[in-house]
Amino acid sequence: MTTTTQHQAPLAPTTGATVTLAGVIKDYSGQRALNGIDLSIAPGEFIALLGPSGCGKTTALRALSGLERIDGGSIQIDGVDVAETPVNRRDIGMVFQSYSLFPHMTSVQNVEFGLRMRKVPAEQRRSRALEALEMVGLSDKGERFAHQLSGGQQQRVALARALVTRPRVLLLDEPLSALDAKVRVQLRDEIRRIQTDLGITTLFVTHDQEEALAVADRVAVMREGRIEQIGTPEELYLRPSTAFVANFVGLSNRIDAQVVGGMVEFHGERMPLLGADQPDGPVTAFIRPEDVVFAGSGIPATVVASSFLGSLRRTQVRFADDTVISVQHEVASHPQAGESIFVRFTPKPVSAGPRG
Amino acid sequence: MKRSLSTATQIGAEPSTRSRWIILGIVGAIFAIPILSSLHFTFSAGLGGGYTLDHWTGLFAPDASRTYRNLFTGIGNSLVLAVVTVVIMLVILLPTMILVQLQFPRLRRTLEFICIIPITVPAIVLVVGLAPVYSVVVKVFGGSVWTLAFAYGITVLPYAYRAIQSNLDSVDVITLSEAARSLGAGWLSTVWNALLPNLRRGILAASFIAVAVVLGEFTIASLLNRKNLQTALLEVSQSDPYVAVIFSLLALGLAFFLLLLIGRLGSTDRKRSSS
Amino acid sequence: MTVATAPEPFPSGAEVQPRRHPGSEPATRPRRSLLKYLGLTPFALYVVLFLGIPTALAVFTGFLTEEGQFTVANILGMFDPLVLRTFASSFWISAVTAVVGAVVGALVCYAMLGTRSEGTLRTVIDSASSVLAQFGGVMLAFAFVATIGSQGLVTVLLKDTFNVNIFENGIWLYQVPGLLLPYIYFQVPLMIITFMPALQGLKVQWAEANATLGGSRFTYWTRIAAPVLAPSFFGSLLLLFANSFSSYATAAALISQGAQIVPLQIRGALISETVLGRENMAGALALGMIVVMVVVMWGYSVLQSRTSRWQR
Repeated sequence: MTTTTQHQAPLAPTTGATVTLAGVIKDYSGQRALNGIDLSIAPGEFIALLGPSGCGKTTALRALSGLERIDGGSIQIDGVDVAETPVNRRDIGMVFQSYSLFPHMTSVQNVEFGLRMRKVPAEQRRSRALEALEMVGLSDKGERFAHQLSGGQQQRVALARALVTRPRVLLLDEPLSALDAKVRVQLRDEIRRIQTDLGITTLFVTHDQEEALAVADRVAVMREGRIEQIGTPEELYLRPSTAFVANFVGLSNRIDAQVVGGMVEFHGERMPLLGADQPDGPVTAFIRPEDVVFAGSGIPATVVASSFLGSLRRTQVRFADDTVISVQHEVASHPQAGESIFVRFTPKPVSAGPRG
Repeated sequence: MKRSLSTATQIGAEPSTRSRWIILGIVGAIFAIPILSSLHFTFSAGLGGGYTLDHWTGLFAPDASRTYRNLFTGIGNSLVLAVVTVVIMLVILLPTMILVQLQFPRLRRTLEFICIIPITVPAIVLVVGLAPVYSVVVKVFGGSVWTLAFAYGITVLPYAYRAIQSNLDSVDVITLSEAARSLGAGWLSTVWNALLPNLRRGILAASFIAVAVVLGEFTIASLLNRKNLQTALLEVSQSDPYVAVIFSLLALGLAFFLLLLIGRLGSTDRKRSSS
Repeated sequence: MTVATAPEPFPSGAEVQPRRHPGSEPATRPRRSLLKYLGLTPFALYVVLFLGIPTALAVFTGFLTEEGQFTVANILGMFDPLVLRTFASSFWISAVTAVVGAVVGALVCYAMLGTRSEGTLRTVIDSASSVLAQFGGVMLAFAFVATIGSQGLVTVLLKDTFNVNIFENGIWLYQVPGLLLPYIYFQVPLMIITFMPALQGLKVQWAEANATLGGSRFTYWTRIAAPVLAPSFFGSLLLLFANSFSSYATAAALISQGAQIVPLQIRGALISETVLGRENMAGALALGMIVVMVVVMWGYSVLQSRTSRWQR
């Protein structure tokens, strides 16, 4: 097999399964971890579950895998209710956050394990396992043990192990959280590429919003056991439906503003209100740094500090009422600390929520 | 039926509640039998049958100290030995361990190895070589029983070392001492103010274990012809087995209580540090 | 010897990171470094006096006659059939109690899987195990006499209720077979203390991964848990063997006369000079014991380092 690019897809694509969670409820000793989760995943779709710790995203994933039992609602894979199906019969592949490789087996033996459980004969097992390792770029590390591999390499082996049996659904439980930043970015792109090549339905849990936006077809933001909003990364970023989503996804400046006649008003700047109508009164509004611009006139402010971020700059400015916000702008302009400047807001709609 | 098992049980990570309690119940019952038999024995009235409290009340009789003189001497000796052993451990082992941790990191393995040797060279072997050593010790310190503590300090080395070292590992003494020194403290002040308060858990655990080991030691005392709790118990059992068993049970209870305390100490320490 | 906690000959897991140390400047302050080394002398002196010298004496007196001349007579005396028989008895007792202790102890550890580590059940069992593993030989002997002695509670119960006379073929409690039950009584708790950390080290992710890959409880335990636990299990078994082999107090309390196992043989050589007619026999026996112990403990440490490699 000639390799012109880094990876090919030696495993034939599978038809991803349809996954439906309807009204799923899960209680943990008095606390409700999942409070009615509704989620439909189309075949081959890559969904990210995003949220702060404790929001229930891992619980939802584990409920789908069968490692947690649900107390209400239904979970269906390809139209079949799987609540009574034990974990080892659901035909899923799962990648855990860490420590999941069997320590006494080599990488190849680890990858072969699922095939061994399915009684695949030894020769076929070995060749398919080697194919899977090649898919993740580790064909030369087959004889290594887990403790001889780096964190990133271990997760790749875990991925190969989960995929070699060609499951209907792939579940990833914060697979990159324990890795270094650089490795994280590299590996998430690879996961996405492999998933696209194979066409396998995938559910990916993370607390890192940048990660979720970068890899997923759709992202579901969760809070306290419910899905706040589900949509494409662009929808979530540009049209957050609640203040929580606006604040959680992407960077936001929080300012104390007023709603006046259906518009958000701050020191003379007026922007349309995003989302449901709100009564007049004080609110906390969320403005993206890239929606704030320096201008010849507008709100007077003093420059606090400016950070160089490679392809852009972010400058912090302070208003007369001591509010500090971040302005994102091109590298060329370099405001100095103490400088007096004016800022204006673009007319894009902004999210607002109750004060405090 | 499968529905009622938790997922952890289903995947094999845990036993089912039923298996758990069957195993623990059976083993627990079997292990309780000797203790219950001992307790039963202390209340029995001899070959004639029947029960009595005399054996227990006899301990508080006015002439008890005379009747059981040997036994009380043995207890007294063991208590003295326990105290001296703990002192030896705190004065010789503890400073050395701190010194090695701070200044001689490469000697750590050697120190660990030395402290493990007493496991490989058990008391029954050690005592063969102790006899000549003790004839010298007697010339220097006299023949009283407390000199046995020198040998006991060696036998408790493995346990004391482990208890103190696990504390040393969990507290970064190097950083603490650097911080104290940078703030102007001398070495003595550093150890006393910055290090020892953080090593309380290990020191207490080591002390309790040392006490338990010393109270239970028989081999060296017996073969060096000294009198301690265990040799006295054996002696008294020839004439009054009831008292012997009573004291065994009391010693067992005391040791259990002491070790439960250590466990409590360990967990409250952790709770405090996580708040 | 009874062991209250489980020692590990080599640090497992976290390795000591190379660090700069306060006071480890290059030799620009000779007076300071001398002081440091001085700090090690109390311990060094103490260990040499009360561990080094006695051990050396124990090992080498076997090579000396009463007058102090070199001889191998004592060593050869160890191959006397009588002495060999005592070594065999010691081995047999140690092996049986180690295996039984290991299996039962492992079962109890398994039963404790999944319980909260600070919960009541665990702390009670931990404390009870620490205590019973240390339960001095003399006190243990009494307890067993009270249980299965000729007037023991269980003996009497069995005779009266079930018409079973356990001492039909003679009282065996005060001979070598009588040591089995008391020894097992402290071997099982020792196994619990030693083996529990290994069982705790089983990561739940392995069971979960096994399940998601299609495996059953059986495949988890046979293909994953058992191989991973094997070094630790056999290491603990060796530790139990060493513990039993070197144990003296229980045997001394139960068997007041005679030398059926090696520690008792040493007692005989130390106390009465006429046991084998050779005074320094004790030294030879001690040497024999040390050789066995060194081999067993070396095996234990090898298996322990194997364990730490996997369970990081």
